[in-house]
Amino acid sequence: MENFKIEVDADGVALVTFDVPGRTMNTLTAKVVQEFPQLIEQIRTNPAIKGAVLTSGKPTGFCAGADLGEMGSGALTSGADTRSEDDKLKAQFEGAFLLNKTFRAMETCGKPIACALNGLALGGGLEIALATHYRVVADNPKIQLGLPEAKVGLLPGAGGTQRLPRLIGMQAAAGLILEGKPSSPAEALKLGFVDAVVPADQVVAAARAWLLEKGDPVARWDRKDFRIPGGGPSTPGGAQVFIMGNAMLRKQSFGNYPAQLNIMKCFYEGLQVPIDAALRIESRYFVKTLATPQAKAMIRSLFLSMQELGKGAARPEGFAPYRITKVAVLGAGMMGAGIAYVQALAGIETVLIDQSQEAADKGKAYSANLLAKQVSRGKMDQAKADAILALITPTTDYAHVKGADLVVEAVFETREIKADVTKKAEAQLADTAVFGSNTSTLPITGLADVSARPANFIGIHFFSPVDKMGLVEIIMGEKTSQETLAKAIDYVLKIRKTPIVVNDSRGFYTSRCFGTFIQEGLEMLAEGIAPAMIDNVGRATGMPRGPLEMNDDVALDLAYKVREQTKKDLGDRYVAGPVDAMISKMVVELGRFGRKNGKGFYDYPADGPKRLWSGLSEIVPVTQADATPALIEEIRTRLLYRQAVEAARCFEEKVVTDPRDADVGSILGWGFAPWTGGPVSLIDSVGAATFVETCDRLAQTYGPRFAPPQLLRDMAASGETFYGRFSKASRAA
Amino acid sequence: MADAYIFDAVRTPRGKGKKDGALHEITALSLASQVLEQLRDRNGLDTSAVDDVVLGCVSPVGEQGADIARTAVLTADYAESTAGVQVNRFCASGLEACNMAAAKVMTGEAGMAIGGGVESMSRVPMGSDGGAWPTDPSSAFKTYFAPQGIGADLIATLYGFSRDDVDAYAVESQKRAARAWAENRFARSVFGVKDQMGAVILNHDEHMRPDATMQSLASLNPSFAMPGEMAFDAVVQQRYPQVERMTHVHHAGNSSGIVDGAAGVLFGTREMGEALGLKPRARVKGMASIGSEPSIMLTGPSLVTEKLLKKLGMSVADIDLYELNEAFASVVLRMMQALDIPHEKMNVNGGAIAMGHPLGATGAMILGTALDELERSDKETALVTLCVGAGMGTATVIERV
Repeated sequence: MENFKIEVDADGVALVTFDVPGRTMNTLTAKVVQEFPQLIEQIRTNPAIKGAVLTSGKPTGFCAGADLGEMGSGALTSGADTRSEDDKLKAQFEGAFLLNKTFRAMETCGKPIACALNGLALGGGLEIALATHYRVVADNPKIQLGLPEAKVGLLPGAGGTQRLPRLIGMQAAAGLILEGKPSSPAEALKLGFVDAVVPADQVVAAARAWLLEKGDPVARWDRKDFRIPGGGPSTPGGAQVFIMGNAMLRKQSFGNYPAQLNIMKCFYEGLQVPIDAALRIESRYFVKTLATPQAKAMIRSLFLSMQELGKGAARPEGFAPYRITKVAVLGAGMMGAGIAYVQALAGIETVLIDQSQEAADKGKAYSANLLAKQVSRGKMDQAKADAILALITPTTDYAHVKGADLVVEAVFETREIKADVTKKAEAQLADTAVFGSNTSTLPITGLADVSARPANFIGIHFFSPVDKMGLVEIIMGEKTSQETLAKAIDYVLKIRKTPIVVNDSRGFYTSRCFGTFIQEGLEMLAEGIAPAMIDNVGRATGMPRGPLEMNDDVALDLAYKVREQTKKDLGDRYVAGPVDAMISKMVVELGRFGRKNGKGFYDYPADGPKRLWSGLSEIVPVTQADATPALIEEIRTRLLYRQAVEAARCFEEKVVTDPRDADVGSILGWGFAPWTGGPVSLIDSVGAATFVETCDRLAQTYGPRFAPPQLLRDMAASGETFYGRFSKASRAA
Repeated sequence: MADAYIFDAVRTPRGKGKKDGALHEITALSLASQVLEQLRDRNGLDTSAVDDVVLGCVSPVGEQGADIARTAVLTADYAESTAGVQVNRFCASGLEACNMAAAKVMTGEAGMAIGGGVESMSRVPMGSDGGAWPTDPSSAFKTYFAPQGIGADLIATLYGFSRDDVDAYAVESQKRAARAWAENRFARSVFGVKDQMGAVILNHDEHMRPDATMQSLASLNPSFAMPGEMAFDAVVQQRYPQVERMTHVHHAGNSSGIVDGAAGVLFGTREMGEALGLKPRARVKGMASIGSEPSIMLTGPSLVTEKLLKKLGMSVADIDLYELNEAFASVVLRMMQALDIPHEKMNVNGGAIAMGHPLGATGAMILGTALDELERSDKETALVTLCVGAGMGTATVIERV
């Protein structure tokens, strides 16, 4: 066995060291899964072995669980298969059941097995530990113990849904598994799924001591008198757990996440039968869950793609790593102040420039506040906070830009002001330095016109609030060089954000697609669909908020101004619709600007939650007030497909070129329904042909905004997917 | 097919469904047995002519479990040959039992059959029978399960019934029930329940609050605001997204009371009646059940009424009296609104808000109430219906002969 080393001592205790060769972290690779039964068999049959202590040879921890890379590729490929559906399902079950079978064999091998956790145990890693008879973990609050499968659309499939509730009760286990939330060793001890917490250098000794002193080889659920703590599903208390639990889950998930529902089903069905039957039930639901489009899409976008982009997958090759030690931020408003903060956190010397010293100081105060909060919550010590804050120099003097490796411009969105600061900053910059503009609306190529070095000019679009939002949209201007792109990506990675790369276009990628969500909601309102229905269904699609409330947040007067500007820009080509009159009436006649003045589609009373404005129905009479399932589905489809078809257009126009950028960018950037894996995954899941068919129908009914681009028609004809067609595409050039 | 006639209907008074209720000391089996004894003794019935006894029961576990109908047949000393079966259509169980008894008569399976129901809510609490629907994620999730009270509040929200509307309905129900008792309108059906010695332990509906006023009801807090806030409002709003915010208007004073009781209705063919020397009081004109949207749950009555009236070629106006179980005030207000039924025709002697709703028995009780009132007010046709858990409705139309 290459993954497990066994040493038997004089007392008959086998020390099993789990150590996957060539990896920094143990995962359940195919080879590990293959060797595990051999390990159990040796422990069971070797008469010299009285019991075993299972531990890890990695300083990084015990085991991070399944290899999602292997699993993801397995889930996403399907070759020609002539077996019957029933045979296929049974074969899938056998595959899925393998780990359950193995761990159950360990649990019932007749010899006591203790698990000495020197570090993290997640997913399948924790499931190994749960199937041993005793768990001791190192006393380190940073160690994570948990079953995070649900976060990527899966369920714990190696006994987690059965052993955890049998150890700590249904309610506590449901909370942990449904949310995929890890516990610290102290929390795990309190909940009862580890047995002891000891200093790190004593975990093996403590496990060994338990083996020699107690060493009970029977799991508590294999005893006749076993009762699930707090009662099982068929007890009155248990029934209440499910009645409330089902409702809470629907409230939170809107039925979009099959993994969570299947976890509940594993609990309900598995906890009414003995453990062996329960493990079979779990494996069946695992197979069923893995087959859902949600699981495939979530594993890919939320785990694999996110990880790849987070490691700089978009970075062009052939350029040396760019050392970034000093960055100048132009404009100390909300965005500039936030950017300065994340830079300082990453150890970057930051010059924060504004027109007045007062404004610049105010920008720095933003960081001071956030740091003070961290200190008061005990998350950071004062000395460290002081050191971070000291990295920010607020000033009005462009001379301080000298020596900066990169500039981020975050001033007002007018060409004149941007041109002015660009010239002032460039005068101080070295030839190798990058100039990044944090514009969210103005095309980069145009802004680069005033630059003396347009090859070094690039868009670096942050999202608000900068300290919370993980995405940065990098925009290539026509003349931006690959080297500049590499440097910008190095910068984004240094401040621990996820970069996506797009090409220049009005609204780039994220703002452009997100805007369609709001616009579609407004169209529906103008059509006479009840506003509550629009926002309720909007949230039920998995978007963070409904389109109308979102528009209130963004501000209606801003929407009005953008419309007026677009009208001017497009001239005769602008097609005015009913939405224009509606917005104009709200803003110009009624002064309803949105949340910012307490009056938008909603009213915002000081003493309670927002309520739909009662006068809204006078402006747009409600003609569709009854929510039939068909109408709900139609609203849902329109809101999601409108965004997805825009993302497809972005591909056709080469604004985005990599499906990973499109999907991860949508989820991190504007909260696009995570269960879909992103708009591109949504189209791939539905299939281009079906998607085109639906869009054609929607275009016929609601307007050409739904018309599928030629690219989609081509893909529909050839049966291609975005991930198939574009996965090998060269990066933005 | 033969016509099914109603020869008699009896019910127990309804005892408060709590530990201090008069009927708490009486077993469910005893309640059911006494109903059967009454039907036999009042009519001098040769029980060997009764082919089957169908009894509704919503929590058929414990002492109400294992086919309480056959058990009651045996303890009531009916002929050994009389069969017994227990049925469950939630709140319409008692009416469904009557419909099944009538159907047995119509098809010729039975010459004479009893439909009825029993529920001792004080002894076998609501929910004792468990059940998959709200607990199994497979069903709860798919059907947007929410408790009935949430459905009742959702009806009020969707169809615009205010707290004042539902409270006013409740006050009127109490007034009508009090008047009916004062005028002995239930005298023909209600018998005194006897205790272990044979002495009468209860002879009147125990749950009534004839002194209820708008003011006294106004002091009650809505019962479903808290579970609604926790999760269930959000659940039903996913099925009814046109609702921006739920209004919670129902409370103990405008919802059906928790009580103990039993009832029975004697059905038979005209020929069997003649052979036994019984005079038919009414004919069963038609029966129907329907499924409706389960999340709001309680909108079945108007839908099943439409279905049944259409089948019978009748209009809403052709019915002289309506009895709709007062599960919640909004349920009745909605049916009157949906079908344009005047309040003068609806629940003229009050209902479950005043007198209580002994789940499995209520349908048979209000069928008897409708029959008594047709005779008292000298009217022809009555429609009896109930809203039902999981989204159903059951209805029966009878006419005097």
